[in-house]
Amino acid sequence: MSVTADDVRRIARLARIAEPTDRVEALVGELNGILSWIEQLNEVDVEGVEAMTTPVKFPLPQRADEVTDGNCRDKVLANAPCSDEGFFVVPKSVE
Amino acid sequence: MSELFKLTLSDITAKLKAREVSAVELATEGLALCEAAQPKLNAFTAFDADKTLAMAKASDEKLARGEGGLIEGAPLAIKDLFAVEGVDTAASSNILKGFKPTYESSVTAKLWENGGVFLCKTSMDEFAMGSSNETSNTGPVNNPWKGPNGEMLTPGGSSGGSAAAVAADLCFGATGTDTGGSIRQPAAFTGTVGVKATYGRTSRWGTVAFASSLDHPGPFAKTVKDSALMLQAMSGHDPKDSTSLPNDVPDFVAAVGGSVKGLRIGVPKEYRVDGMPAEIDEAWQKGIDWLKAAGCEIVDISLPHTKYALPAYYIVAPAEASSNLARYDGMRYGNRVEGENLNATYENTRGAGFGHEVQRRIMIGTYVLSAGYYDAYYLRAQKVRTRILQDFEQAFEKVDAVLTPSAPSAAFELGSKSDDPIAMYLNDVFTVTANLAGLPAMSVPAGVDKDGLPLGLQIITPALDEETMFKVGAAIEDSAGFVAKPENWWS
Repeated sequence: MSVTADDVRRIARLARIAEPTDRVEALVGELNGILSWIEQLNEVDVEGVEAMTTPVKFPLPQRADEVTDGNCRDKVLANAPCSDEGFFVVPKSVE
Repeated sequence: MSELFKLTLSDITAKLKAREVSAVELATEGLALCEAAQPKLNAFTAFDADKTLAMAKASDEKLARGEGGLIEGAPLAIKDLFAVEGVDTAASSNILKGFKPTYESSVTAKLWENGGVFLCKTSMDEFAMGSSNETSNTGPVNNPWKGPNGEMLTPGGSSGGSAAAVAADLCFGATGTDTGGSIRQPAAFTGTVGVKATYGRTSRWGTVAFASSLDHPGPFAKTVKDSALMLQAMSGHDPKDSTSLPNDVPDFVAAVGGSVKGLRIGVPKEYRVDGMPAEIDEAWQKGIDWLKAAGCEIVDISLPHTKYALPAYYIVAPAEASSNLARYDGMRYGNRVEGENLNATYENTRGAGFGHEVQRRIMIGTYVLSAGYYDAYYLRAQKVRTRILQDFEQAFEKVDAVLTPSAPSAAFELGSKSDDPIAMYLNDVFTVTANLAGLPAMSVPAGVDKDGLPLGLQIITPALDEETMFKVGAAIEDSAGFVAKPENWWS
């Protein structure tokens, strides 16, 4: 499989990265280089093999369903790029 | 140059305990050394002298009462991926520039509980994506070791700043993270010891996420014993990380110096790759001879899926990264670049905030996870990963540890590989398998090449068996007698 300049623009849009206008052609080459290199995985027989999700198996831990955190509004807002009156300020998203 | 900072972590903690030196004195000197070295090495991203001195003072008070943890009073360097409360933590990325966490990562919290003193944050490849520390938003780190004609070399990556700080004797230990080799390759390039434990031994909580199923926090140190001490002080169950192992932490330090007699050491034929310098092969052979002389049995083994590890990694890691890095949207934290609507704001924020390598990996990840390709790429790669783990499991029926080179070359010149992503990725060819399989692995300095540059050997052991890794590592260290140091041009 190989990607075109249009694919690169589509992938950038999906990834919410501003169209890298001056890098589109370079990215076509780079992504195709990487994608053709990873094609070799098709040589591996994975018939009946389970996908690995975690290297060491142990039961997923559970904890009591209780509140363990909170009441730290100022800490949560401390790194906000824009905040006001204890709220995040974000661009208008509902027309 | 300070004589004190040339000491090992074990030696300095003994001196601190004996009150021969105070933690404040040490911290003050450490800050001065790092400050002096910064214009030359460019290894550091943040300092907080008030915090450093306050922590050192607290250590002195504990030591005066005859108390104190494992590494009480020892100044440590912290990779910029670990959240340190109140100190700039940016993962060497513009998107997080100026971010000051209001919380502490679990690993650094454990280090401070054990008496470590925060000294500095260290530079790294942006979001830990790189093998040369050249993608850092603060520019490349210079390896304390220079080339034969004075060339500036990479300290490796992604934890290049931490490796450089330990190699230049600017701290007594450092943290790194290893997702595909980001501790072990820089350790090999700088003549230091680098360890990643079994996946889940060290908590990932509060560490900026790259590829969650592959990320392993771990230490850099000057000696194998120091690395065991550091790992001891970093490890343990953390309820805040659901993948943190519930197992008790063994006494890693006690394993160092244990007999290796009778251990079976596997030598995998697949790690003899084309174009590998003869000196790497020779260092490997020396390692084999040393272990044989120490009473180990050498066994030729095969890990047939080795060549598929890197391609599988370059699907799994970008896929997880594209998902993890989706959080950087410029809304709640990080830097925002406004656009004419919400989507444009997201796109501008991420277009401006992420560097080229990070964008490339997010795009690869987005592509392999996009509709119609999931099975062909991501699912297949996860199955190949199972094959790689099975290779090791079969090998470990016959051997106790695997010995390989740590990296396919010595440190290379800055700028020499930055135009070719795949050439850069190949740096991790020997290290990435242990990340995919989640196994303990370490790099130990084994000698120097014809240019006097350090070379490392890697030891890989079964899951949860770090003790054998430390035993074998210490045996290599003893036999290698590696004492070479770069000439000091940074202070």
